Amino acid sequence: MSFDANHRGGFAPSRRRFVQGLMLGGAVSSLGLWPRTSWALKSPGQPQVLAGTEFDLVIGETPMNFTGRTRTAITVNGSLPAPLLRWREGTTVNLRVTNALPPGSIHGHETSIHWHGILLPANMDGVPGLSFAGIHPGETYHYRFTVQQGGTYWYHSHSAMQEQAGLYGPLVIDPIEPEPFAYQRDYVILLSDWTDLSPAALFSRLKKMSMYDNYHLRTVGDFVRDARAQGLAATVEDRKLWGQMRMSPTDLSDVNANTYTYLMNGTTSLGNWTGLFRSGEKVRLRFINGSAMTHFDVRIPGLKMTVVAADGLYVHPVTVDEFRIAAAETFDVLVEPSGQDAFTIFAQDMGRTGHVSGTLAVAQGLRAPVPAVDPRPILSMADMGHGGMAHAAQDAKGMEGGCGAAHAAMAATPVADPHAGHGAAGAAGMQAHPDSERGNPLVDMQTMSPTPKLDDPGIGLRDNGRNVLSYAMLHSLFEDPDGREPGREIELHLTGHMERFAWGFDGQKFSDVEPIRLNYGERMRIVLVNDTMMTHPIHLHGLWSDVEDAQGNFLVRKHTVDMPPGSRRSYRVRADALGSWAYHCHLLYHMEAGMMREVRVEE
Amino acid sequence: MKHDLRYLWPALGALVLFDAVAQDAQHQHAQHDHTQHSQHSQHSQHAEAAAPQPTPAAHVHDTASAQDAQMDHAAMGHAPAQPPSAAPRTPIPVPTAADRAAAVKPPGAHAAHDNTVQSFVLLDRLEAVDVDNGTGLEWEGVGWVGTDLEKLWVRSEGERNGDGHTESANVEALYGRAIAPWWDLVAGVRHDFKPGASQDFAAIGIMGLAPYKFELSATAYIGTSGHSFAQLEAEYETLLTNRLVLQPQIEVTVHGGNDAARGVGSGLGSVEVGLRLRYEITRRFAPYVGVVAERAFGRTAELRREHGEDSDDARLVAGFRIWF
Repeated sequence: MSFDANHRGGFAPSRRRFVQGLMLGGAVSSLGLWPRTSWALKSPGQPQVLAGTEFDLVIGETPMNFTGRTRTAITVNGSLPAPLLRWREGTTVNLRVTNALPPGSIHGHETSIHWHGILLPANMDGVPGLSFAGIHPGETYHYRFTVQQGGTYWYHSHSAMQEQAGLYGPLVIDPIEPEPFAYQRDYVILLSDWTDLSPAALFSRLKKMSMYDNYHLRTVGDFVRDARAQGLAATVEDRKLWGQMRMSPTDLSDVNANTYTYLMNGTTSLGNWTGLFRSGEKVRLRFINGSAMTHFDVRIPGLKMTVVAADGLYVHPVTVDEFRIAAAETFDVLVEPSGQDAFTIFAQDMGRTGHVSGTLAVAQGLRAPVPAVDPRPILSMADMGHGGMAHAAQDAKGMEGGCGAAHAAMAATPVADPHAGHGAAGAAGMQAHPDSERGNPLVDMQTMSPTPKLDDPGIGLRDNGRNVLSYAMLHSLFEDPDGREPGREIELHLTGHMERFAWGFDGQKFSDVEPIRLNYGERMRIVLVNDTMMTHPIHLHGLWSDVEDAQGNFLVRKHTVDMPPGSRRSYRVRADALGSWAYHCHLLYHMEAGMMREVRVEE
Repeated sequence: MKHDLRYLWPALGALVLFDAVAQDAQHQHAQHDHTQHSQHSQHSQHAEAAAPQPTPAAHVHDTASAQDAQMDHAAMGHAPAQPPSAAPRTPIPVPTAADRAAAVKPPGAHAAHDNTVQSFVLLDRLEAVDVDNGTGLEWEGVGWVGTDLEKLWVRSEGERNGDGHTESANVEALYGRAIAPWWDLVAGVRHDFKPGASQDFAAIGIMGLAPYKFELSATAYIGTSGHSFAQLEAEYETLLTNRLVLQPQIEVTVHGGNDAARGVGSGLGSVEVGLRLRYEITRRFAPYVGVVAERAFGRTAELRREHGEDSDDARLVAGFRIWF
């Protein structure tokens, strides 16, 4: 197996900037008539590849232009995304990372690299203040560890908000054992979200007005349309429930294409990242979501995708038309393009506000039609884990306000989910909540009847006529590597306040709580309950998250577990690495706003 | 002073009660389960109670994928799990001195941004007003500096009449603390430059978002002169489109006593109702037009009439709404 020659193509910043400087509107990219030009042969967006065991990485600022305006990105060796690093399982890698940020950089003075999903000693994990002291200006930190795993991973900064500004790159580790599938081509497809705003300014904007990017709030016109379609009483009832919660069912993500330009391998749709194939070849696509705040829904119209690995580790092959990839997740898929000269790789954001596309083609410059983004979904009470019992709520006198109405309705309703075993909220269908959430100004809602939702493809992906990946379809190719029942259980609730843009676990922010302590060697269970209306990818550093199915059986080993609203999911953790590990939502601004904990594994 | 307060607290009380009822309803159900929950909460050892019984035989695989359903479930790691005391399939490595050294936390803490000081300034109204003697100017603004839970608020309101004479102007500085998911309690001082001679008040109130997304603010004031009053303001945003917003607004002022020099009398003083239609060119900048009607009541109305003024009045306004 080798990378296509194009992968080693040089990096041409000036040309790339010229091309992306034309990116003044999304409409151009949809025409599908992009002419063959000489630059296309140079393939902007083909990453630098660095392979071996010795790496010198220099973090600095580089001017970039994705929107027509030049902005300062944070780059590794001048590249966005950062160079593709190829390691080999079983070798010891030496990575000398130098901070060359100029004094007074808007992205801070300190920097770091975290190797996402990689098992390593705690002081190599790259989280300033937890694993090491960070890399200060002019300093070089020597990361050195033995690679114990194979597969597709990525790396990114864990300092300030540099991950938003471009400091992310793919990691590909060649395994010792032969892989259980064959292919002739191998491409990394790293998706990300770019903004011309400084990340700190975006964070401040979210604190001032969190719904800034939601230009799809329901209007008077929507009310009239809904009343015609569903009847006046039902529409009034629906508006009443959402009004009581002081929320909007069109809030699918905090930051969307109103702010972001989506990138595929560091290129906009206009740049049209292209991977070449010959008809009949098997192509491996290593999808990595390196976004700060974006869930992508990915498909390649005309091709089935066979998912063979999730978060770097093999799964039983499962063939789908589409998958949702949360920030920080990776999926390896195999495709067999034939019968057409070009196929569009299409990634739209979960909120359906934008997309990024690239092409698989038999020659550079070819394109296939780019689909329109799907219709925008509207959240239902069921999505929020409130059972959708709008009518029963009418009878619940005195239950006005908050989520009380839906809450009361659920008390008399048996849990409809057939999997209501371990993962569900119990016989009464009622979810208990930690005391720290009670009356807490940082908690704006609580879910009442959450379910694992493992077989749910997700908001906006149901019944779309395509076969969409769900977590229930992911099965690790191996047995539970630990095999023990968890000796104890920690339940954590994902909480937040949309208006204040405050996020945390159990209503508490990172800075305000003590670490979660695990005993070295123990097997324990983490149960997560999502008490917010957002979807949170939760990432535990240093230790695997062994996701359980609804019956509590081992399902799939992951490093990042996505938690849709109204969900309750559990996973087993084997505390086999000493040290202080970060545990957080991988939506960058949620983490920065407090949705993070330290997990300390001690003897 | 006692008589002053009877007007002040009902308004505040009603607001707090309104939301408290909602909050209680929300928590009532969680409460009955709390004893049980605390046993199930963090760090408790209850493996037997919480551990699911593995039921490989009953495993029903419900997936949309036909392909997936054909897979061999026996090979999927669904073998019964071993008890916690059993030896793990993959042995736990014995920590070495190097492992222990690597696990030592560095000095200092992780630089989180979860309690950063942020700021917000909203010039809600900066408008030209069609008044009898020309075009007046009115403003109302609010700003804060602080964290999610604690903020320093500044509020200001005022008006100038057609000849450039400032009729009223005030500024408030308040410390605010989030006391409930949707409410901030504020307390501080208010300085009135006009009308009449300047005067100072102590202020206490609440601000927040009521169910159905009404923005509410209720404040009680007690002046150094002994005069007291309360103000209740409510706003709502009706989205005609996602940029064209119709904003009804009401402001009610109740006085605890007479202050003839400033033309106010005990009891319900005035009610102002506004309707503004703004177009958000950007989120941060929106021009608007609107109509405002004000009516004085009781002793306040009498005082106005004695001064040869109308006790009610309606005017057209046009202005900008800006935040940053």
